Amino acid sequence: MATEAQALTNDWGGGVHPYRVGHRKLGMWLFIMSDSLTFSALLIGYAYVRASNVWPTPFKFSPSIVFSSVMTLVLLSSSLTMVMAVSASSRKNISAARKWIVATAVLGATFIVLHSIEWRHLIQEGLTPFALPAEWAEKWPGATPLFGATFFGITGMHMFHVFTGCIYLLVVAGRAKKLKHEDIEISGLYWHFVDLVWMFVFPMIYLLSIDAGHK
Amino acid sequence: MSAHAETEEHFSGSNKLFISVWIWLLVLTGFEVFLGYIHLPVIYMLVILMGASIIKAALIVAYFMHLRFERLNLVLTIVPAVVICICLMLMVFFPDSFRSKELRDQRATPAATEGH
Repeated sequence: MATEAQALTNDWGGGVHPYRVGHRKLGMWLFIMSDSLTFSALLIGYAYVRASNVWPTPFKFSPSIVFSSVMTLVLLSSSLTMVMAVSASSRKNISAARKWIVATAVLGATFIVLHSIEWRHLIQEGLTPFALPAEWAEKWPGATPLFGATFFGITGMHMFHVFTGCIYLLVVAGRAKKLKHEDIEISGLYWHFVDLVWMFVFPMIYLLSIDAGHK
Repeated sequence: MSAHAETEEHFSGSNKLFISVWIWLLVLTGFEVFLGYIHLPVIYMLVILMGASIIKAALIVAYFMHLRFERLNLVLTIVPAVVICICLMLMVFFPDSFRSKELRDQRATPAATEGH
């Protein structure tokens, strides 16, 4: 039988998929790697300006924390429906897979709607990318207007990913019969990644800026 | 070898496993929100929240994104590169961030004492 060394040469000698995944799936993984670095750069940049400035902690339990927690629940549940879609597709049950994918896209759309309402609350309070509401500036003297820039920048970038993901999923659902199982798995990879990014955005943007009333 | 590769069964986990991972993710999220309301110093908050988020990210990558069921060479191609890049960014940014915080504190202290 082949030794370990021979096995390795065989793997990388051409004619087989050394990673045991198709090229498209490998491509999606590479995209996810680069996108995760984009988001880490944004979040690290946010942490940088936050550590070196007076930072407001304005999020009240209602509406901000309630909304963002429900949004987290929606996004986590959409990941579960996506897993169910991939699992149905692996059992060759295309119609079930299609329903689960549409359910995922609907949960994604719910996330966008909830997030827009949450944005509107803050905009109505007077938060813009370049200025804090007058009330906040009074409560946290010397606080930096970068709060709005990082908040809208990071959550907006994430919302854009959710939006693109919804379109991607609907296209996959529409073409489910023509696509291979692996293509459905790849759309799942993207969707789970969007969920994963929110797992960092939610605590860093929302939970670390809770107004717990002890300031 | 290639024949072996073709017959290799691609285990992808059961629905029961995925639901239990989902429940764990919800529990960790609930814990994080709870943490926001007990008055901890921000540095402890940051460390605990990031710890919980890294566990959640690992659960998502390992089970939902199936990385645990992929070949080890794919895992080794993806994970260390991202982790090293993030650590490099942290190493470059944070010393400077703390330096500018100290500069601000130095500026703030004499002004406060002179003013009163």
